Amino acid sequence: MASLSLDQKTIDRCRELARQIAVPVEKMIDTHTTIAIERATLRLLGVNGAIMRGKQWFPEANAIIDQLHGERLLDRGVLKWFVNGMIQKKMPAAELGKQVASGKVSLSKLPQASDAEIRSKSQELVKAACKMLVERREKRDGIRKQAGDPFKPVGAQQPLIYVIVATGNIYDDVTQARAAAQAGADAIAVIRSTAQSLLDYVPHGATTEGFGGTYATQENFRIMREALDEESIRLKRYIRLTNYCSGLCMPEIAALGAMERLDFLLNDAMYGILFRDINMKRTLVDQHFSRRIIALSKIIIHTGEDNYLTTADAVENGHQVLASQFINERFALHAHMTEDQMGLGHAQEMDPEHPNVFLLEIARAQMTRDIFPKAPIKFMPPTRFKCGDIFYSHLMDAMFNFVGVLTGQSIQLLGMATEAMHTPLLQDRWMSIKNAKYIFNGARDLGKDITFKPKGIIEGWGDKVLKDTLDHLEMIGSKGMFKAIEEKAFAEVSRRETSGKGYEGVIVRHVDYLNPFFEHL
Amino acid sequence: MSGQAKVPNLKKLRPYGDIMDDGTVQVCFTLPVEPSPEAREAAVLTAQRMGLEQIKVATMEKAADGFSLFVIYGNLKGSVDFTEIRVLKVEAQKRSRDEIDELIKTKIGRKLVVLGACTGYDAHTVGIDAIMNMKGFAGDYGLERYQWLDARNLGAQVLNEELLKLAIQEKADAILVSKVVTQHNIHIKDFKDLVERAEKQGLRNQIIFIAGGPRVTHPLAMECGFDAGFGVGTKPSDVASYIVDEYLRRNSEPGEKKEAKPKKSGKAKPTKKKSVSKSKKKGKR
Repeated sequence: MASLSLDQKTIDRCRELARQIAVPVEKMIDTHTTIAIERATLRLLGVNGAIMRGKQWFPEANAIIDQLHGERLLDRGVLKWFVNGMIQKKMPAAELGKQVASGKVSLSKLPQASDAEIRSKSQELVKAACKMLVERREKRDGIRKQAGDPFKPVGAQQPLIYVIVATGNIYDDVTQARAAAQAGADAIAVIRSTAQSLLDYVPHGATTEGFGGTYATQENFRIMREALDEESIRLKRYIRLTNYCSGLCMPEIAALGAMERLDFLLNDAMYGILFRDINMKRTLVDQHFSRRIIALSKIIIHTGEDNYLTTADAVENGHQVLASQFINERFALHAHMTEDQMGLGHAQEMDPEHPNVFLLEIARAQMTRDIFPKAPIKFMPPTRFKCGDIFYSHLMDAMFNFVGVLTGQSIQLLGMATEAMHTPLLQDRWMSIKNAKYIFNGARDLGKDITFKPKGIIEGWGDKVLKDTLDHLEMIGSKGMFKAIEEKAFAEVSRRETSGKGYEGVIVRHVDYLNPFFEHL
Repeated sequence: MSGQAKVPNLKKLRPYGDIMDDGTVQVCFTLPVEPSPEAREAAVLTAQRMGLEQIKVATMEKAADGFSLFVIYGNLKGSVDFTEIRVLKVEAQKRSRDEIDELIKTKIGRKLVVLGACTGYDAHTVGIDAIMNMKGFAGDYGLERYQWLDARNLGAQVLNEELLKLAIQEKADAILVSKVVTQHNIHIKDFKDLVERAEKQGLRNQIIFIAGGPRVTHPLAMECGFDAGFGVGTKPSDVASYIVDEYLRRNSEPGEKKEAKPKKSGKAKPTKKKSVSKSKKKGKR
C-alpha cells in the first residue's frame, strides 16, 4: 500500500500524550460506578424482563436500580444487595428480578448474608455470565464461518460495504436490510430513534414506531440478527449488524448487543458529552464498562469523530479528529480492547468547492490508515454539504468511495444521494451500493500501485494535520481533559464537568464496592 | 415561426427536455415485484397514471428479491399557467453583513438579541450551526459574527419551555428554531407547541419567530404560527436581513403588524437559490 512518510516520533509523542491525558480520567473511572453499569450488571445476570408502568413496558433492571439508588445504597454495587436476595430467597436472578421489580421483595429489608458468602456467590454468577457471553461470541463466529466471511479488519480487501436502515419499524427494517444485503451490503446499521440516547432505560420488546429510526431493544436486535443470519447463509456472505452503544444506556446496550450477537457497536468515549450533553463523568465511566463487555465479545466499535466535522469545519479541524482518535484508542486499550476492534471514525466532510479538496481528503484518509495500521478504520460519507441536488450528491459519494478504496479504509458507510431529503428509499440504497461496487472493483489495487510524491500537497497536508494534532494534544494535556472540553477542544462545543444529563446517576464507589465483572471481563 | 427557437408560453408552461414544450420528465421508482415483462408493463401503466405519454422504460433492474427498479422517460401532456402563480415569500431585502450591522446601529441603536436552537428531541444541529455559528455557511458568516447582533446558539435538544424561559431572561428579539427530523410530522408539532406556549405567556408579538430546516418552507412556518420559514441553502445573511426588516416593520408603526410598509419588501428569495447578489440594494431610505 502507498503510505505517507509521516514522522514516527511525532506519532509516538501523540500516543504518549493521549496516555498522559487519560491517566487522571482512568483514575476517576476506576473509583466510580453509575446506575447504567449496575443495570447492565443485572442484565448480564439474566434480569431482562419488564413490568407495565402506565401504558409502557419498563425494564425490571431500572425498577430495581432506581429503588436502591433512591436509598443511596449503590456505592457498594447492586450485587451486594441482589445476590444477597438470591441467597435469602433461594431464587435465580430472573425470578428475583421479577419479584423485586413488582415490589413483592425489598432488597434492602432482607437479612444480610456474610460479605464472604455474597462475594463468592457473585463470583460464581459473574463467571457464568462471562461464559454465556463467550458462547454467544462463539455462536456468532460459527455463523461467520458457515456463511463465509471475507472481512479483514486492516482493510487489506476493498472496504466493507455498510449501509443504514431507519424506518422506525423493526419489521420494515428487516425488509430493507434483506434488500440491501441482496444488493451487496456487508453490514447493516439500524439507526436508533432520535430520542433514545437520552432515555435512561432501554425500551422493551419489538417496536414499530420511532422517530428518525427504530428503538434499540433486545428483541429488535434478535429479530434483525435472525433475519441477517438467514440472509448470510443464503447469500454465502456473512452480513454484519450494527447498533448504537451510546447515550445514557451505553453499558446495557453493550450487554444486550453482546447477548444478541451484534458485530459492530457505535461507541465513543466523548460523543455523548459533546453531542448529547451527557455529563462527562457519566459518559466516561459508562464507556469503560461498555468497552469491557465489548472486549470480551470481540465486537468492533465505531468511534464518532466523523461528527466533529459536521459542526466544526473539516478543512480546519482535521487535527481534532486525530487527537480524539488517539484518546479513543487509549480508553479502548484501558478497557482491554485490542487494536483490531477499534473502528476509529472519520469522515469526508470538507467543502466540495475547496481547492484540491480530494488531495486533502486523501491525505486525511491515508494518514488515519497509516497511523492506526491494525485498526478497522470506519470512513463516513459526506453529509454536511449534501443538498437536494441528488445527482451532485451521488457524485460526491462516488468520490468518497474512490478515496475510501484508494486509501484502504476498512468499513465504508455508503453515502446516500438523498441524504439531505429523507431516510433512504430502497432505490437510494441500491444505487449507492452499485456506485460503491463499481468503484471498489475498478480501483481495487490502485493504492498498491502508486506512491505519494514526497513533499507534495498530499504529504504536506498529512504533516500539517499531524503537527496540529500534537499541538492540540499538548494543549489538552496542559489543561487536563475536562477543562479542555470546557474550552471547546473538540467540535467547537463546550461542556462542564458537573453539568449535563445523567450526572445524578454517577456514584462514588465505596471501598467495599462489589462487582466481579471488572475482574472477569 | 421559423428561423429561431420558440419562446416559452407562460400561460401553458411545460417541462423542457431539449425542445420547447416537449414536456419531458425522468422518473425513478421501485415496484415491490420481481422484474418481469409484467413488472415492466406495470411500470408503464404507473407512468401513465402520472400523466405521461410516449413512455420509455430506460431500465428495469432487480433491486432485491421481490423488488424491481425503474428509470422512465415520458412526456407530460398537461401544463400550468405560470402567470397565475402567487407564492408567499419571506419579506426582506437582501443585504451584506456590514449593511445589516450598519442598519441596526443607525436605526435601532442597540444590539438585537437572537436565540437559536434545535428543539425537542432533535439533535441535528447542522442547520442551526450553519446559521448561528461564527463560521457560517458557504462563505457567509454566521450571526455570532455580527457586531450588532447578540446571537446565541443553544444547540441541540432544547425544550420549548426552556427556550422561552431563556428568551424572557435575555429579552430576545428573535428566536430561530431549526428542525431536521420530520418523521410523524414531529417538526410541525414542536413548532406549533412553541407558538402556543409563547401566546400563553404573551410573548408571541414581542419576539420574531423564525423556523428553519430542510423540510421547512415559508408557508409551512406561517401555518405553524411563525413569522418566517427558511429552507435548504439559506445563508445567515438571509436570516439576519429578515430579522432587521421585520424588527423595523414592527417598530416603525407601534402596535402595527407586518406588511404595514409594502414599499420595503424587496423580493429576496426565502430559500434555495445560491447567493443572491447585492444588486437589489435600494439605498437607505
